[in-house]
Parts: sequence; C-alpha cells; structure tokens
Amino acid sequence: MPTDIQAPSIAYLPLLPILIVFGAATLGVLVEAFVPAHQRRLSQVVVAVAGLVASLGAVIYLAADGTSRLVAESALAIDGPALFLQGTLCVLGIGSILLLSERRLDRSGGVVVSQAANAPGSREDLRLAESSHVQTEVYPLAMFALGGMLLFPACNNLLLMFVALEVLSLPLYLMAGLARRRRLLSQEAALKYFLLGAFASAFFLYGVALLYGYAGSVDLGDILTATSQAGKSDGLLYLGVAMLGVGLLFKVGAVPFQAWTPDVYQGSPTPVTALMAACTKVAAFGALLRVFYVGFGTSQWDWRPMLWAVAILTMVVGAILAVTQTDVKRMLAYSSIAHTGFILVGVIAINKSGLSGTLFYLLTYGFTTIASFAVVGLVRDSAGEATHLAQWAGLGKRSPLVAGVFALLLFALAGIPLTSGFMAKFAVFKAATEGGATALVVVGVIASAVTAFFYARVVVLMFFQEPTVDGPTVAVPSAYTAVTIAVGVAFTVILGIVPQPVLDLAGKAATFIR
Amino acid sequence: MTLLAEKVTYVPATGTLSALWLLLALPAAGAAILLLTGKRSEKWGPYLACAMTGLSFVLGVVFFFALKGLTNRSVDQHLFSWISVGRFQVPAGLLYDPLSATFVLLITGVGFLIHVYSLGYMDHDPRKKTFFAYLNLFIAAMLLLVLGNSFLALYVGWEGVGLASYLLIAFWYFKPEAATAAKKAFIANRVGDLGLSLAIMVMFAALGTTTYAGVFNSGVAGGTATAIGLLLLLGACGKSGQFPLQTWLPDAMEGPTPVSALIHAATMVTAGVYLIARSTPIFQASPDAQTVVTIIGAITLVIGCVIGCAYDDIKKVLAYSTVSQIGYMFLAVGIPGAGAIAILHLLTHGFFKACMFLSAGSVMHAMGDQVDMRRFGGLRKYMPITFGCFLTGYLAIIGLPPFAGFFSKDKIIEAAYDLHGTRGWILGTVALLGAGITAFYMTRLMVMTFLGEKRWTEGQHPHESPSVMTAPMVLLAIGSAVSGGLLVLGGALQNWLAPTLGPQVEVGAHTISPTVLTLLTLLVVAGGAAGAWFTYGTKPVLTTPPVAVTPLTVAARKNLYFDALNESLLMRPGQYLTRFLVWVDNRGIDGAVHALAAGIGGGSGRLRRTQTGFVRSYALSMFGGALLVVFALLAVRLGQ
Repeated sequence: MPTDIQAPSIAYLPLLPILIVFGAATLGVLVEAFVPAHQRRLSQVVVAVAGLVASLGAVIYLAADGTSRLVAESALAIDGPALFLQGTLCVLGIGSILLLSERRLDRSGGVVVSQAANAPGSREDLRLAESSHVQTEVYPLAMFALGGMLLFPACNNLLLMFVALEVLSLPLYLMAGLARRRRLLSQEAALKYFLLGAFASAFFLYGVALLYGYAGSVDLGDILTATSQAGKSDGLLYLGVAMLGVGLLFKVGAVPFQAWTPDVYQGSPTPVTALMAACTKVAAFGALLRVFYVGFGTSQWDWRPMLWAVAILTMVVGAILAVTQTDVKRMLAYSSIAHTGFILVGVIAINKSGLSGTLFYLLTYGFTTIASFAVVGLVRDSAGEATHLAQWAGLGKRSPLVAGVFALLLFALAGIPLTSGFMAKFAVFKAATEGGATALVVVGVIASAVTAFFYARVVVLMFFQEPTVDGPTVAVPSAYTAVTIAVGVAFTVILGIVPQPVLDLAGKAATFIR
Repeated sequence: MTLLAEKVTYVPATGTLSALWLLLALPAAGAAILLLTGKRSEKWGPYLACAMTGLSFVLGVVFFFALKGLTNRSVDQHLFSWISVGRFQVPAGLLYDPLSATFVLLITGVGFLIHVYSLGYMDHDPRKKTFFAYLNLFIAAMLLLVLGNSFLALYVGWEGVGLASYLLIAFWYFKPEAATAAKKAFIANRVGDLGLSLAIMVMFAALGTTTYAGVFNSGVAGGTATAIGLLLLLGACGKSGQFPLQTWLPDAMEGPTPVSALIHAATMVTAGVYLIARSTPIFQASPDAQTVVTIIGAITLVIGCVIGCAYDDIKKVLAYSTVSQIGYMFLAVGIPGAGAIAILHLLTHGFFKACMFLSAGSVMHAMGDQVDMRRFGGLRKYMPITFGCFLTGYLAIIGLPPFAGFFSKDKIIEAAYDLHGTRGWILGTVALLGAGITAFYMTRLMVMTFLGEKRWTEGQHPHESPSVMTAPMVLLAIGSAVSGGLLVLGGALQNWLAPTLGPQVEVGAHTISPTVLTLLTLLVVAGGAAGAWFTYGTKPVLTTPPVAVTPLTVAARKNLYFDALNESLLMRPGQYLTRFLVWVDNRGIDGAVHALAAGIGGGSGRLRRTQTGFVRSYALSMFGGALLVVFALLAVRLGQ
C-alpha cells in the first residue's frame, strides 16, 4: 500500500526575519522591472533598508519571546546564537546598503559600475563611467546575499546549509565584479572568488555526502546521535568533518584557505568589501559554530587539534603577511585573516563563555570593519580611491577628523583598551584560557602584538609625516556614509567602555538548541 | 620615655576652620594667575603675589585663634576621596593642629616679609614676575606639606617644594653655576625622596594606610617602626641638608638671596624636622631610629660649623651655618620629649637666619653682588640699619641672652646632657663645642664684613638699601631679639605643641645643673668669639685667602671632601652604570627588537611570494590545505 506523503509542517513565525529579507529582495527585483529609472534608486534603498529594519524588528520580537525551537522538520534552528547573529547581520546589512547608496564620493555619482556587461575600457564603458547612470540591481543582489546569510547560521540541516551557502555566495561573486573604477581588477577578483568559492563548495558538498554515509542523515541532531553510538566505521566521519571544515574555513578566510581574501577585498567595490568582511564573516562563523558545537559536540577531541593548527596558522600568517602590505585594503584583508584566527580561538574554547565571546567578537568586529572600509572609501584621487599607503602620508594634517576616526578604528582592530576590540579579544582569550587552550592564547597575544605594528604604522604615517604634494583628497561624504561611520565608531567606543550590557546579551544568547 | 595618648583623634573642621583650604588655595591661585597671564601681569603680578601670601598669613592668624579656642586642637578637614581602590582608601584632606598651625604662621609670616623684601631686591630683574610666581608656588606647596593629613599628601607638598626650590635656585639659569647647583639640589633631594617614598610604600604594605590617624593608631612597632623611621630620616636628610646629603645646600646659594633666606634657611630645609616631629609616634616606637636621628644631627652640626669657618663667601658661610643649626634641630627632635625644643629652635632660627640672609642680601645689593667677605670691611658706617639687623641676628645665633637663640640652643644642649650615660655626654659635649665654633665663625663674619678697614674693589659706593628691603629686615630682627623669650614664657610653646609632640618631660636629676650649664655655654661662646676677634679683628685681613694653612682648613675649604666622596662613590659608578646600560639597551635590547622586526619583515616578504595572484596556485594551496586537514584528523584518530 503506498504510504501517504505527509506535507511537512512549517511554523512560519520563527522564519519571519529570513522571509522578510528574501521578500524585500524579491520586491527589489520587481522594482527594477516596474519603477521608472529615475525613481528606482531611492525605491531600492527604501525597500532594502525597510526590509532589514523589519527583519531586525522580527528578530527582536522572537528574541524577546525567548523560546528556542527547531522548525521546518528540524531543518532550521531558531535559537539564541541564530537570533543574535541575525540581529547583528540586519544592523551590519543596513550599514552596507547605506555605503552602497553613497552618491557624493565618485564624481559620476555611484560606487558600482553602470553597465557591468560592457567590456572594461570599451567606448561605451568609458562613456557610461562618466555619466550619472547607475545600476540598481546591486540592491536585490545584496539583499539575496543577506537573506542567505540570515539563513546560514540557523541551518540545522547540512543540505539546507549548503543551499544557504550558495544563496549567500552567488550574489557576492557578482557584486565583487561591479567596481566602477579599476574594472579589470574587480572582474579578476570576481572570477577568482567564484572559482575558488565553487571549489570550496564542492568540498563542503562532498563532506555532506560522506557524513550522510556515516550517519544516514544530514540532520545535525542525527549526526550527534550517531557519533555517540559505538560500532560505526568512523573513517567516513573524519573525512566528512575534514571536507565540511574546508568549506566553512574557506568562507571565514582561515589559513590555508585564505588565498582569495586579499585579492577579492582589494578588487571589489569598497562597500561590497565591507559587506563581505563584516557580514560574510558573521554568517560563516555562525554556521561553523553550529556545525562544530551541535553536530560534533561530543567528538570535540577529534577535531580540536585540527582547529588548533588552523587557528595558529591563521593568526601567524595573517599578522606576518600584513606587515609588508602597501595597500590599505590588502592590509585590512590580512588583518581580517588575523582576526579570523582570533575568533577561532574563541570557537576552540568549546564552552559557554567561548560561544558568547565569539558572538560578541563578531558583533564588535563587524561594526569596526564596516566603519574602516567606509573611511577607506573617502580618501580619493582622480583615479578613484587612493588605497596605496604612501598616499595616506600626512593625512592627519589635511583631514584631522577623518584621520583621527581611522586611527581610532585601527586601535580598535589592534585591540587597544577602551575600544571594543580590546573587550572582544579579552572575552575570547579569557574563554580559551578557561577552556584549557592557554598555549593558543599565548600565540594569540603575540600575534596581536605583531598586528599592532602595522596598525600603528598607518597612524604614524597619517600623523607624523609630511603630506605628499599631489596627495589624495578626502571627499566629504553624504549622510549615508557619515551615518555608517558615526554608528560604527560609536559602537566601537561604547562597547569598549561599557561592554557589559552586550556581553550579557551574548551570554544569554549563548545556548544552541539540539 | 613619654607616650602620646593611646589614640590620636582628629575632630572634623567646623565654623571658621572649614575654610582651611583657603590657606593653600590663595598662593596656589596666585602662582597660577602669574604663570598663565603672561606679560599682562608684569606690572601688578608681584603685588598680587605679596597680597596672596599676606592674606594667607592673616588667615593663618585667624585660624590660629580659632584653634586656640578648641578643646581638641586637632582638626581634620576632608576634601575629597583621592584614591579609592577596594580596601585601599586615600582621602585627600587637611590636618590643622598646633604643629601645623605653628608652621603655617612661620611660613606665611616670614614668607610675606620676604615677598615684600623681594619687591626691592628683584626690582631690576626682567623676570621679576616669574620669580614671584615661583615664590607663591613654593608657599602653596610648603603649606600643603605641613597641612596634609596623610604621608601621601605630605609627599605631594614635599615634591612641590622641591620643584619650587629647583626652579628658584636656577632662576638665573644663564649662570652655569646656578644651573649646576639646581641640578645638584634636585638629585641630592631625589636620594632623600627615595627614602620617603619607600617609607610610604612600607606603610602601604605593612599598615595599609598612609593617613596620620591611620598610621599613628596602627600600633606600629618593632622592625617596621625602625624601617619606616630610618627611611623617613633619609627623606628628612635630603630635604634638610643633613649628613650625608648636606652638600647641595651651600651650592643652592647661587639662587637669589630672598630664596636663600626663605627656602634654604627659614622654611623648606626645616621640612625634615617637621617630618620627624610629625612622625613622633613612629620614632617613639623605635628608640634605635631616634638614636640615629640624634647621631645624624650631631655629625651635621659639627660638619657645618667646621666648614663655616673656612669659607670667605658670606652666603656660603650662612648656608653652612644653616646646615649646622638644622643639625641642632635634628639632635633635639631625636631626643625623647625634646621635640618642642627642636621646634622652638626651628622658629627662632627661622627669624634670625632669615634676618641675616636678608641683611647679607642688602650688603650684596650695596656692593654690586660681591659675596667675598675679604672685599668687604668697614660697612658699619655706610649701612647702619643693615648692620643693626645683622648684629641682632648674630647675637641671636651665638646664643647671647636674652636674644632668641639663647633660649633654644641652651635647652638643646641641656636636653642632650640629660640623656644620661655616655650618649648624653658625647652629644652634649658636641653640641656645646658646636656653640663655641658657631660663635667663632659668626664673629669672623661680622668682623670681616662690618668692622675693620675698607677692602672694597674699585668704584664701589655702598649705600643703605631702600625701606622696602630694610623694613622686613627690621621686623625679622625684632623677632630674632624677642621671639625666644616670648615662646618659652611659661612653657607657652611646649604646652601648645603637647597634643602633637607629647607633654614636657620632667627629668628627675639633671646631669649638669642648668645654671652651671648655661654659664659654661656662655663661657665657650665667649671663647669662640674672642678667638675670632683676635684672629681677624686685631690685624688687617688679607684680600686673598692665605695659602699656607692647616690641613683642616684645606679640607674644610673643600667641604671636608664630601663632594669628592660623592663624586667617586656615587657619580662615577653611576656614570659607568648608565654607560653600560645604554650599551645594553643599544646592542642587546634594541638589537633583539630590530632582529625580531627584521625577522618578521623578512618572513612577511618571503610569505608574500606565495601570493602569486594566479588562481590556479590558490586552488592548489587550498587543495594542499584540505589534505593537511584530512591528515591532521586522521593522525588524531590513529593516535587514539
């Protein structure tokens, strides 16, 4: 007798934040199709920001409710960490959208290319580069990416996680190639990101397949149950964990899967880089935490040494390679690699304070990073952004405010006390020490000292050197960028001085549902 | 031995006394205004400074009488919480008791007179205003020193007066000797300050508090009390120019003469005596520390006398005289129950030494800044007021009754003999001989300066100083004449200071009967004065110092080789140590740092080459990484 196919029961309310963002993205596509060209841009901004604000409201509503639950046949886990990260992503997403909307910096009035399909340097391309024509498809793309990011850390099912990974990655590959100036570099970055991303996705998918072979399910809960049962051939488990780990570590930019980071960060339009550096990292670490804490929570002794090695490599290589960088964006890219290492230290702690410290770190790092890249976008010369460090010499004399803000952000990235960076590092290092990873913390502190060198070098360059004659100018941004920088700096300072409320919030959120 | 009341209690300040902080605030405000207003205050600045100090003095008098009307004469004013870390609390507050009240009057009173005197003395100096700003700064810091209610507050004032002293010694910084002297004073004081700061740290560590109330009521005793006492003594030696840190004080005379009078004779250099008097409960708990205090005092008083005989520079003679007189105060303050006598000598010394310094300044003013006594002579007729004032001071210091010094010095000698045993005899005899030598060198100074033939250099026309200078001198001279008698009348000072220093001790039997001792002292003094008269008064004085002299004179002219000793014992090894440390820093530490930086930079450059920009090599590196991850996991599995 044929069995009846049961329709899965889905509770839609917990999915509301995700659904709202995807809805807004879809609405953005419709706006592209139906709204007249001259109104499109504003409509897109309104739709995107309203969508993210509504999503944030939904997150807060769910968080206030406080119940963790598995929804959609256990495919999704709406619990503390998921909601915390979704809220973080909504706020950071708003910042990224605002940066994308900046019109005043480039002389043509847009940060993304007007016709991505034109060959770089063609007559049509040159004409459009100087026109005020802007392409607004970037908004739905960003919203789809953000939707995927909201989904990613909530996935309790590896197959769904793979889908979320692709949903967040594919728009990013496209967006990386949309730079208005230096288009060849941008397109190269997009292609590299795509090829390597596809490679990593293949690893991830292979890992999912191996784990299905091991546990007979792609559900993290089932995998957890399987690991605690004796008598299974665990070769599949190890290979599966390894492959899955490669896919996730690629997304967070850990060594030895970091090669794409500097090239892509440098080539992408700076607002897109900000989105990648802040939001992608938050989402990817969310997924990483869930996989390792929930799915492999009982087999930690098997994968912990591997993560130890990766964390040490990431901190050391990130810090050392940043020392000789001459491009601000590349330097920040290596800085982001080093920070990946620091966050991994929190992941390896495998305790509640490690989880809450990691959540706190992701939040503070996101704000500081978005503001940093926003400042980088301000310093320009006739060819676009002036990202070579030599051009930043003496900036403090010419624009003390911008240079001062950047110096503050660099101090936060270096983890100087009274900034959020210090509190975040302190939180993860403390958790790791409690979790018995003191050696790792020692390496982390030494690596921090090395990173302080290249941050301080930029500060010295800005404040203690004479400006070059034909140096870049600092463009006065519109409210879009100004608000983003102001909010980023405010959070950086406030979380450095009174971190306790947010630490408490992260502490309250730091329980995964299984 | 007398013990204070078991508990030291301070009552909160109320009524008039709640304005105590004004004492400090007025001169501090004066200094701030003068230093911050730049050229604008050039005209009225000096007068403002005088007014601030004068007002402080008036307030001091008002508070004095307010305090007199109280039954518990120890008033504490809490200002604010200074340091608050867990159980460790340091409140910032003022303590106004008979001892600090006495000092407030001395500091503001003498300070005011010297401010007024400086109006005349510094009249032609282009940086007159700055001078007055520093003077006000000094008054404020000195008042904080004596009014603070904890050792930490005292330390702040202590460093403040050190700073003011440094600035004022080097006031004519374009003179290399002045700059060197200021540096020397500062460094010698650092050595002493180290002792004081260590003492405070010991209090932190052992007692957990630094307030006077806390420390004195903690029942500190034994080794801790001795350690704290000796460290405090080291601090006192530095500030008060006592053996072995006395060499900076004579050099400090390079500063303007009012500074020498105010800071390096009457007030700041007596801070050491104040510190030990204030810490009476600590020293009472440690007889060993007390003995060391008396020994230091005795050694210093002899050193000061002997060197004072050899110098021809009028200010240096007065400076060594100061060293010697403070030696007397240390001797007294170290004798149980004689603290009040030390303070008495401190007060009378404040009058007569300030008087003599100002008179010497008046002489220098008249003689074109000449300080060599061999080029003076016969000034009595030309500067009668100055001569009169100096004579009063002279009679006071050699201890002729009824001048001020008689009452205080005589009592010190008596108290020293009353210590009984060998100790009493040695210290008493030293003090007695010191009085004789003092009479010798002071008579020598008087004779060479005011009597005898004119030995002036070409083209000098000495004249009496303006009244703005002579008036303070006359007032101080009156003080030198009568203060001693007034202060001992009916044991006035002794009873007044009893709450801080303990009541007067009744010695059962005197070693030598006071009357006999007084006559003996007068005899010794007369002998010293007569010796000087016959050496310098009856035959012409050479205009250049004689070369064929006794080895003692040679040694005394070289400060008894203390400078040479300091140089070879401290300065040269210190220099070698710094050279060695600089070498270690340059080669060792910087070398390591540079090597590390170069290593990281080189490593970075090498690693950078892996970032080829080719996506194929990136993919390869990812593949290699994936293999590594797999191997790492398998290795863990095999290891289990």
